[in-house]
Amino acid sequence: MTTVLFIVFGGMALVSALLAVTRQNPIASAIWLVGMFFGLAGVYVVLEAYFVAAVQVLVYAGAIMVLFLFVIMLLDLRTKQLDEEGPPKMPIWGVLAAVLFIVASGWALMDAVGTPGFFPDAEERAALELDGSAKAIGADLFGRWLLAFEVTSILLLGGILGAVILTKRRLT
Amino acid sequence: MMGVLGTAQLGMAPIVAHIFSKNDDGSASFGWVIGRILVVLLMVHVILILGALMVWAERRVSAWMQDRIGPNRVGPQGLLQPLADLGKFMFKEDVIPGHVNKVMYTIAPLIATIPALITFAVVPFTGSYETVGGESVAVSWQIADLNIGVLYILAIAGIGVYGIALGGWASNSKYSLLGGVRASAQMISYELSLGLAVVPVVLMAGSLNLGEIIAYQAENTWLIFTQPLAFFIFLTASYAETNRLPFDMPESETELVAGYHTEFSSMKFALFFLAEYANMTVAAALVTTLYLGGWTFFGLETLGWGMGVLIFSLKVIFFLFAFIWVRWTIPRFRYDQLMNLGWVVFLPLTLINVVLTAGAIALDQTWMFFLLPVLLIAAACVATWIGWKRDEDKFQPLPTAPAAGEEGHA
Repeated sequence: MTTVLFIVFGGMALVSALLAVTRQNPIASAIWLVGMFFGLAGVYVVLEAYFVAAVQVLVYAGAIMVLFLFVIMLLDLRTKQLDEEGPPKMPIWGVLAAVLFIVASGWALMDAVGTPGFFPDAEERAALELDGSAKAIGADLFGRWLLAFEVTSILLLGGILGAVILTKRRLT
Repeated sequence: MMGVLGTAQLGMAPIVAHIFSKNDDGSASFGWVIGRILVVLLMVHVILILGALMVWAERRVSAWMQDRIGPNRVGPQGLLQPLADLGKFMFKEDVIPGHVNKVMYTIAPLIATIPALITFAVVPFTGSYETVGGESVAVSWQIADLNIGVLYILAIAGIGVYGIALGGWASNSKYSLLGGVRASAQMISYELSLGLAVVPVVLMAGSLNLGEIIAYQAENTWLIFTQPLAFFIFLTASYAETNRLPFDMPESETELVAGYHTEFSSMKFALFFLAEYANMTVAAALVTTLYLGGWTFFGLETLGWGMGVLIFSLKVIFFLFAFIWVRWTIPRFRYDQLMNLGWVVFLPLTLINVVLTAGAIALDQTWMFFLLPVLLIAAACVATWIGWKRDEDKFQPLPTAPAAGEEGHA
């Protein structure tokens, strides 16, 4: 049953992601991306990570994609305009970035799989209290991974500052 | 009345308790599954019927407030008016204008309605006291006992805005599009304050489970007393989230014809209508659960689960009435005022409140809960007094009435 559900939700996420990047209409793309997030949330539920699943829907589907939709609707992008722009100008950089990402994340994953306790069995899970609850995640996030968490927030702050400087040419 | 409820539940109580009790051995009997399905069906119908009754109540209450009569012809007090309306919606031609995006236009009302209906799965509507480890604990009954109930409701309720935004976009009309754009902007702005207003509740109850939040309130005190500011901001933000006046920018009739549902007719329009009222019911139930102790009422709920349902219903009905009350009392905000209220006023206030509450819990200092509300009230009083002092000389007596001879020209 769990495997069947995993395949159903995983397949839903994959198909939605594929449709999201191939649609001509930006609104349709955004909606398929929302479908992808729901598929992903379903996968999290199958993995008994209920908190992550709820936050996935709350943050990505409920807030970030609504913001995307808002921007797309505000700019009123038409399919025709996108056609006139033609294919991407420098696809080589995109391909390079994709290869780099796949290699880096693959490397990190292979590295992690080797470490003991990456796939905890029932006993280890009970010892770690990995019950997918907010408490377990909070303890991990603000305990073991505190530094990584803070570094990520600084990264995001940099992103926000960059966006502000790019959009506001004149800072008075 | 209590006596009737008391005897009626004698025969029912074991059956009902069986449906809602967690099975300890993890087995689900056939009767248990059927019972659950029946309760799900019952809940959906309660929301649908409540939605229909709310339309009637809105018309009657607005009429009452404006010294009119309102619909009173169909059935006693016009109670069957929603049925007549439904009949009209059903038999109207289902027009799909030629200029719309057909797929999105068709599914948009569904996306708006379904989330509102499924959020009710985790709302506890009654319960009983059970002895756990020598202590009496309030155990809530709901369809699905989720440990992350609060997050589930916030997450699913946030999906409904896609129906409004997509409906507005798919209609391919400038008024609808503006309504949809406004809906999405408003939703993002107020979801932050809404979520941050819930954080102090979760901090104090120590749980994201709605049943445990009620148990905490039954044991201590209702959170409206210890978190008045969070309660007020949550209530106000929920008006914005459900697109009700004074924040009904997505459909503001005076500017946008009817906003996002301008191009919709027959049952598609009715579904948008229903979604609004179902969302109001969810918001009212959530306010009741988070801040007003849900199905508890100072010990009255110990009479039985029927009493719990009654208490919960009365609280929800009060907040539903407040939705109507406010709509026909307060005029609509301007769009920039709406955004200012969300980002400049509510967001900092809720953030400070979260920090103060966390500090109060960590340091065990009860007075810190009330610091911010007291300061705010004091600041409001001082500002009012200063403003009044400054403008005191500007208040002139009204010009005297024109003389009798000139009255005809006035």
